[in-house]
Amino acid sequence: MSKQKMTIAISGLNNVDSPGPGIPVIRGIRESAVIESRIVGLAYDNLEPGPYMHEFVDKTYKVPYPSEGVDHLIERIRYIHEREQIDVLIPNFDSEIFVFIKLADKLRQMGIHTFLPTLSQFEERHKSNLPQYGEKYDIRVPDSRPVTSFGDIEDLVRQGKFSWPLLVKGKFYDAYVARSTDQARIYYNTVSAKWGLPVIIQEFIKGTEVNVVALGDGNGRTIGAVPMRKQYITDNGKAWGGITLEDPSMLEFTHHVMSATHWRGGMELELIRTSLNELYLIEINPRLPAWVYLAVAAGQNLPEALVKLAMGQDVPSWTRYDIGKIFIRYSFDMIRDFDAFQKLSTIGEL
Amino acid sequence: MKIKKSLAISETGFVFDPSTGDSYTLNPIGLEIIQLLREGKSSGEITGAVTQTYDIDAMTFERYLFDFLGMLKQMQLVESDE
Repeated sequence: MSKQKMTIAISGLNNVDSPGPGIPVIRGIRESAVIESRIVGLAYDNLEPGPYMHEFVDKTYKVPYPSEGVDHLIERIRYIHEREQIDVLIPNFDSEIFVFIKLADKLRQMGIHTFLPTLSQFEERHKSNLPQYGEKYDIRVPDSRPVTSFGDIEDLVRQGKFSWPLLVKGKFYDAYVARSTDQARIYYNTVSAKWGLPVIIQEFIKGTEVNVVALGDGNGRTIGAVPMRKQYITDNGKAWGGITLEDPSMLEFTHHVMSATHWRGGMELELIRTSLNELYLIEINPRLPAWVYLAVAAGQNLPEALVKLAMGQDVPSWTRYDIGKIFIRYSFDMIRDFDAFQKLSTIGEL
Repeated sequence: MKIKKSLAISETGFVFDPSTGDSYTLNPIGLEIIQLLREGKSSGEITGAVTQTYDIDAMTFERYLFDFLGMLKQMQLVESDE
């Protein structure tokens, strides 16, 4: 059977110690038995490793940060599309998903397919909305509140609504366990300076963190789902090693989330399992995570399935995956000529 | 006491619990005991088998056996109804 040729634009090429999902997503697509891919990288920074990894990325274009305005971004995508004829675009940063959801119709008119959650699906799963989300869909969640000043945290503790320890979380990334007012103040300042307001205060649930990578078809069906436990965590809280688990309750939890919310696209569920074996949802990341290649290696090529769904193709659900499959991340010094860096810096293409 | 059915136990004494992702290493006698538990043997039967093979009296062995069984329970390596 001949492979289907496709040009796929992908962001999240920062394959660093706190990696974006771009390269692992590309790895899955590259291993597809049915797609012959040309990968167009969308880079925000000159030193993202992805653009220099030519076995994964065929051509890279710098793109403006979404915060610089939607018009700049769509103009740049239009320029790239004229040269590359993009079939599918996969944004991989939490901070750009919102913009690409907004742009999805425009992109579609240009002939570029995406497979993203709807705006309401994206908005309602925000950390600051977690209690309402839990109530609406009958999902166990820790109590969470958005705060816009440090005084709000002091008030919540004084009123007995939260007790120490509690979690101080950024609206996109970062989470710290604060055990006292002093610690909470430091973390509040750190997180608000980096990610802006609101800062999220979350009840601390004691237990083991477990995660699921999953893909929903937008009609309530789970296309695939693989549970994992981090075995080695970096100072940034990122998994440097992890293992696939045999856990029917996590899969059941995932199927419930998918069928209740009709999630469309990739997602990562961050869960805490307590000593009483209860699962709490602490966060939904609205995209495939950086460890998605573990799912590919365990038998579920979710990136390939996402591309097919974006193209309107039928994708059957997976029913199995390999248990006890391990990933171990490593760092590696790529050597490139200065010319490559210069090209990406000045022309914005490589 | 019933050992979790899902545990993967290698001949070298490596134990993997696929529901938690935890793994453990057993010494040869630990491995032997786990295998006997898997066969459904009772504590008494295990004590009988070990004291027949090794130079140890039943009372001394049982002390170590109950410690070991307690540890398996604490690590949630036994069926949950135990």
